[in-house]
Amino acid sequence: MSDRIREKLNILADAAKYDVSCSSSGGTRKNDNKGVGDSHASGICHTYTEDGRCVSLLKILLTNHCIYDCLFCVSRKSNDVKRAAFTVDEVVELTMNFYRRNYIEGLFLSSGIFKNADFTMERLLLVCKKLRLEQRYNGYIHLKTIPGASDELIKEAGLYADRMSINLEMPTEAGLKLLAPEKSHADVIKPLGFVQQNIVQFAADKKVIKHVPKFVPAGQSTQMVIGATPESDKDIMYTANAFYKNFALKRVYYSGYVPISNDSRMPILGTQPPLLRENRLYQTDWLMRFYGFKVQELLNDANPNLDVDIDPKLSWAIRNMQHFPVDINKADYRMILRIPGIGVMSAQKIVQARKFGKLRIDQLKKIGVSYNRAKHFITCADSPYQLRDYQGTQIKAFIMAESQSKYLKTDSNQLILF
Amino acid sequence: MIYTFDGSLPGILTAVFEWFERKPGKTVLQPSEIFQPEAFAKCFSVVTDSEKADRVWAGLQKKLKKDWLRKFYCSYLSEIPEAYNHLFQFTIYLFQNEKGAENNYGNEHVIALAKYAKSVEREKHRMEAFIRFQHTADGIFYTAVDPDFNVLPLISNHFKNRYADQQWVIYDLKRKYGLHYNLLTVEEITIQFTDGINKKQPTSGLMDEKEELYSILWKDYFKSANIVARKNTKLHLQHVPKRYWKYLTEKQLS
Repeated sequence: MSDRIREKLNILADAAKYDVSCSSSGGTRKNDNKGVGDSHASGICHTYTEDGRCVSLLKILLTNHCIYDCLFCVSRKSNDVKRAAFTVDEVVELTMNFYRRNYIEGLFLSSGIFKNADFTMERLLLVCKKLRLEQRYNGYIHLKTIPGASDELIKEAGLYADRMSINLEMPTEAGLKLLAPEKSHADVIKPLGFVQQNIVQFAADKKVIKHVPKFVPAGQSTQMVIGATPESDKDIMYTANAFYKNFALKRVYYSGYVPISNDSRMPILGTQPPLLRENRLYQTDWLMRFYGFKVQELLNDANPNLDVDIDPKLSWAIRNMQHFPVDINKADYRMILRIPGIGVMSAQKIVQARKFGKLRIDQLKKIGVSYNRAKHFITCADSPYQLRDYQGTQIKAFIMAESQSKYLKTDSNQLILF
Repeated sequence: MIYTFDGSLPGILTAVFEWFERKPGKTVLQPSEIFQPEAFAKCFSVVTDSEKADRVWAGLQKKLKKDWLRKFYCSYLSEIPEAYNHLFQFTIYLFQNEKGAENNYGNEHVIALAKYAKSVEREKHRMEAFIRFQHTADGIFYTAVDPDFNVLPLISNHFKNRYADQQWVIYDLKRKYGLHYNLLTVEEITIQFTDGINKKQPTSGLMDEKEELYSILWKDYFKSANIVARKNTKLHLQHVPKRYWKYLTEKQLS
């Protein structure tokens, strides 16, 4: 008995791990029924795997049987892998027992499509209902919306899940068609839009009616695979930006493609996943969401790809030296946020602290500003007098000379000739 | 001038009261435990007085919003002697200035407290994340920890709300006290361990019969979730420093 469940867990956790989302934040469920589970606003990462990724949720597939044959997916029909399927009760048991031991924040449940979309969605919904209604479980549930499932099922699932997501898979329609001819972005857009409408509707009802049930309180997210098809960073981020705008997504995830197939349309087996590129894309994503940058400022026809050797914020600053140096003691918050070496927390502290007197270099350092980087772009109370203006390229050289890329050692895509 | 006190929070607050009564000028606060008399500095021993402490605390509550009262308390829980002095100086600074002075991040005591509080909150968060309960044969979910700072008071509510329908014990081995939730309230407890007992990983005989199965399943899951092609040991260690591995079921051999 225990061997069988171990085998199933190994197969179905292994198949689910390429879904990167593991966030457990944004849940608002309170333990008001003397049950088990209470969400934590900022989420909790309970452990980290050896690849450095957070483990917050029990991330599993209900089954890896699938009727589709998408080239980028391990569970594709034509792939020769072991297949398995959990029963609904097995998933419930695992979730409850892991949760009670404080191993996890909750459940991330996805599935291969067996029979058809509705049949699959029904099973997923059943797991959620059992957890919420029978086990009085108030922990986090991230549920995959199965494209093509009926509106009724999706809407009902939204009443029990905290987050729902559907993956775009490839950043552009052309890329998707190349690797998964049976799928299209429209299949994703329809249910994403449907859930979003319902989120808005429930929120509107809540203003008028006192007791409105929760509907996907932690919002929706999606994921794109990076590096399997030849899109530019601009293509990727413009797609991400459009989805943030049109569907009020909480997150877009970028998953560096880990080769799993010998098909000639994709990078061959053994190719390193594009970790650095993935990192740069996330940095851009953060700049868009928390630093007030427009995607067009960071990526455009003149710069369709992100700099590899420096981060996108520094890269923007160097291209736009006309905005610098910024006076720390006078500039408004939005401009301070744009200075390389200053993050959101430091920027907030700076605008608070300068009300009490002009800030000096030593104070900025204590506040948490990365001064060696920021010094090229700021003036403060005791900035040394500088005779000449440096060019953007010179500043880049200064900064690169004193910093060590954390990726240099792992970046084996780089060809070494001598 | 050096003030010494008993190491308690009311002690720090009393010291502030005494300082304002005497106005001795520049003063350093030290716990009497580690106090070393200096040749040329005068010394005053603060006797903790709950009435005086309450008055100072009430004053602080008028000056500070909730978030800063929490930072104040967290800094105290760090148990770092320098933090006590910063708390003392910070309070004096607050009372000598207009409302809102806590936002002066250019002030060394303000920034120091912000940093202590951040460290303590991080340790608190790590405990919420890294604690692993073991289901004992008598039905209690048990764990023993030895956090860097005294964070049990900070995590009590989190676990109480989360595991409202199961009894649990979290024991601080370093500070020799623990919390026990009895399905209604959380109580402070001390345990007299028998000599030679393994406090962190009690033998399987004391455990619920299903405990071993779930710990194995969890270890399996931890291995399966890893993507070998993305191995990044540096990042892994940054997130889970080695000193926490002893808590983690998934990091135990066998």
